[in-house]
Amino acid sequence: MKVELTINGTARTAEVEARKTLLDALREDFQLTGTHAGCEHGVCGACTVLIDGAPARSCLMFACQADGYDITTIEGMAPAPGELSVIQDAFCETHGMQCGFCTPGMVLAAHALLAREDSPDRAAIVEAISGNICRCTGYGQIVEAIALAAERLRTANTPRGVRPPQIGAPHVDPDAGEDAPGAGILEAADADMPHGGRP
Amino acid sequence: MTEAPSQFRFVSANRRVREDRRFVAGRGHYVADIALEGMLHVAMVASQHPAARIVSIDASAALALPGVHYVLTGEELAGGVDQLMNGLDTPNVRRYPLAVGRTRYAGEWVAAVVADSRALAEDAAEKVRVVYEPLAYLTKAEEALDPASPPVHPEHGSNILLDRQFVWGEVDRHFAESPRHLSFRVTWGRNSTVPIETFGVVASWDPWRDMLDVWASIQMPKYSDQISRALRIPTNAVRVHQDVDVGGSYGVKRGIKHTVLVGYLSRRLNRPVRFLEDRLENMRSGDAHGPERIFDVDVAFDEAGIIKSMKMRALDNAGAYAGRAPFQLGKPIGAIVGPYKIQSVAYRAQSVTTNKAVQEAVRGFGQSPTNYAIETAMDKVARACGLDRVEARRRNFIRKEEFPYLIPSGTRYDSGDYHTVVEKVLAHVDYDGLLAERDRLRASGLLAGIGIAACLEPSGGNSSFEPLLNEKNTTTTWMDSARITIDGPGFVTVTIHTTSSGQGHETLAATVVAEVLEIDPDRIRVVRPDTLESLPSNSPVGSRMAIMLGGACFHAAQKLKAKLVAIAAFQFGIAPEAARYETGAVSDPASGRRLDWADIVNIAHRNFHLLPPDTEPGLAVTHVMQVPTATKLPEDGRVQMYPCHSFEFHVVLIALDPVLGKPEIRRYVIGHDCGTVINPHIVKGMTLGGIAHGIGAALLEEFVYDDEGQLLTQSFMDYLLPSSHEVPAVEIVHHVTPSPFTVFGQKGSGESGYLGAPAAISGALNDAVDALGIAFDKLPIRIFAISDAVAAARAKQSQEKTSA
Ligand code: FES
Ligand code: FES
Repeated sequence: MKVELTINGTARTAEVEARKTLLDALREDFQLTGTHAGCEHGVCGACTVLIDGAPARSCLMFACQADGYDITTIEGMAPAPGELSVIQDAFCETHGMQCGFCTPGMVLAAHALLAREDSPDRAAIVEAISGNICRCTGYGQIVEAIALAAERLRTANTPRGVRPPQIGAPHVDPDAGEDAPGAGILEAADADMPHGGRP
Repeated sequence: MTEAPSQFRFVSANRRVREDRRFVAGRGHYVADIALEGMLHVAMVASQHPAARIVSIDASAALALPGVHYVLTGEELAGGVDQLMNGLDTPNVRRYPLAVGRTRYAGEWVAAVVADSRALAEDAAEKVRVVYEPLAYLTKAEEALDPASPPVHPEHGSNILLDRQFVWGEVDRHFAESPRHLSFRVTWGRNSTVPIETFGVVASWDPWRDMLDVWASIQMPKYSDQISRALRIPTNAVRVHQDVDVGGSYGVKRGIKHTVLVGYLSRRLNRPVRFLEDRLENMRSGDAHGPERIFDVDVAFDEAGIIKSMKMRALDNAGAYAGRAPFQLGKPIGAIVGPYKIQSVAYRAQSVTTNKAVQEAVRGFGQSPTNYAIETAMDKVARACGLDRVEARRRNFIRKEEFPYLIPSGTRYDSGDYHTVVEKVLAHVDYDGLLAERDRLRASGLLAGIGIAACLEPSGGNSSFEPLLNEKNTTTTWMDSARITIDGPGFVTVTIHTTSSGQGHETLAATVVAEVLEIDPDRIRVVRPDTLESLPSNSPVGSRMAIMLGGACFHAAQKLKAKLVAIAAFQFGIAPEAARYETGAVSDPASGRRLDWADIVNIAHRNFHLLPPDTEPGLAVTHVMQVPTATKLPEDGRVQMYPCHSFEFHVVLIALDPVLGKPEIRRYVIGHDCGTVINPHIVKGMTLGGIAHGIGAALLEEFVYDDEGQLLTQSFMDYLLPSSHEVPAVEIVHHVTPSPFTVFGQKGSGESGYLGAPAAISGALNDAVDALGIAFDKLPIRIFAISDAVAAARAKQSQEKTSA
């Protein structure tokens, strides 16, 4: 059957079997292989994506159930090719990973948390990632990464955005004002994402 | 050669781990991300019986489904491939990727279905009709010692794979001389490393090139050798691509049976074939369980708590095939006395087959269970002597000035300063304050206990346990390599010759080469050629890469630096020894002349007429490195096992509600000494991750088989991995005692945490329930086991009170 979704800001369609999970559709039909299969029964969180901004397990959802929804995958996090969001950069700063297999899910879980909370304490961070299993790190440097990202976002000059950036969308520096190429095309709120701001 | 820490530019610096950039962007390159044109998919038909004769397999209904290409049986496969390698000399314990004639554990693969998609293959697998005739089976190791037990491999004659008695030193005399003895039994439950990525492999046979291309989630020495041997094709017809990111391993990613199966299918069907385990296949049939061990320990000691001698019997339940299980009883011989001066040891290593899934190499290769037994002995001796558990350990520790220290089983420990690490930890944790906190918790009505565990992490893995346990094996070589090139424009590329599963080897290689050449690590490219283009590597096993890959990169970079210096010195007309190398430039201190990096590179690449005589043009060097200290075969049951020995000291405070029984880790401090740290982030991550893994082994994780021989814990809903809620904020106290045997003084750190945490947690729980007159002697110690035991003990206590 045909599904129509918005993935990372772009309208996409595919013809899928009714029994196909969103996870398999993302990986096989949309070639978005950053979403990983760890258990395929809803425990590990490696398959986490954001559905209308909220973390969800793509292995527990059929692709056709996602019809009409707005899906964000890890590929939608980086502001531009070769760049990293504040959260992604914080994970690199504290080495919040080893093998990287759980990492896309962790980054998205962190992203959802920091979209709702400015200053999560350790307990809130632990809670936010408790549905994502990491076998490598023991979580310590992941918690540090999220705390660091929260601090950087809190103290950043850029205003809050409302949604993740679109791949290939023009990069607008709000501080550049009138001189910025393409200024005025995007709302200021959207434009902070190239700096890796919160959604 | 050892350099003083103060001289380092990049080594030990808090630098980012270069691999992380691709992982946070979702741009890792895992085996499941590889999709080849025309690729077919595999699903397995699994036996539901722990032991059965396969009477018949009818695949006609499966083959009739559209999109189904093939159903492979064990019978066919056994005719086309050689049996998988046996580490021990047990030729009649035959193992093939699919069951041949009989199944030996519930979940064992009986047939493989190949179809256009995995979903179709799964549909078809359900339509394969297998007729079984159930046979007698066994699951318990002690049963397997009985000659009348149902044999898992009738041709082998018994269920005993290995039964070796070692005696190192005068055990009988020491026992006779010692005023005090104690004996106990502890049991290590069957758990494993259970990476979040299951094992997967893609194989593609090209009949015109005679080449089998393999991409796999692999961490395994001699992988191509074993593929080629089993498939009966030359090793140079097997090309394993090593630029595949492995989603966690910690030892177990050794899917040789999967690979041989998929390689055979690709050759049979002339199509690329992929098999990715689903979680069920991974848990019950991926042959990746860990040790399951019963220890019977006797120790001889004096009133002061000094242990003089130890007898240890380790009985390991290998499962249905030998796998790496018996060797995991061998490696701990290299640290059989832990960090203690136990003068003599009798060690009996027994490995038996049962109708359970097969073991694979698990983090520490048997060392973690052994440490649990040794540390339990220390706790018991302390208790028997009325000593504080830290003090008992202090009295038994090898002293700093006694290194290198020869242990009774033949290994020389390189270096250590255990007392200082302990002092630092106690100061950090405020040990008296911690004891007071425990007592305060107890007074508030909770059960509370402190756990103490010291342990060693042998590192720099060699395979000395193989010749030790199998005399036909004469391997003493266990190498790793690096190649460095500087291209014409002057850019540096380093090659490493193995896959990685999160250990940051690209960062390691760049850091070490940059350190030697005094150039920016970020400008060094690190790549992984395929196995046919590679130099020898034994893969990241045995906590070896900081030592071995780090060492190979160091020596290769030294060679390269020497060549740069020689070329420049020749231009200056001076001896190379008189020239000075600094940040990539070479100068003549006497004349003040200087040649920059670009100048020297240019001469090497373009000015043959300026090269010193007998100099190869270009700038490409390799170094193949042997494990330090591995020079000879075992003698009289003694061998030098791994070269380096990291040390850790765990202190943990646990509190729990006596009714609920759920342990809450209130404080976790680890003192950690792995010599010179090359990248602090990486070492920290390994340490924390190892502790989390150890918490799982201590409290949660076990592959449980019921009396019917069925695996009860085969999903993440019943085999529980620690989540962020179960893992506390761990405090690390650092200490650096460099190893004299490595280039920077580094030691291994990949297993730390897992090696000590189970013992520490067990110690804390036993401290918590000691006053109730009970003890836990089996891991994991699950919540229900705690609450049941506490309830029973309290009922007994109140009964005694009433009757008194
Ligand atoms: S793969 Fe979806 S939760 Fe594990
Ligand atoms: S980084 Fe390997 S599972 Fe989390």
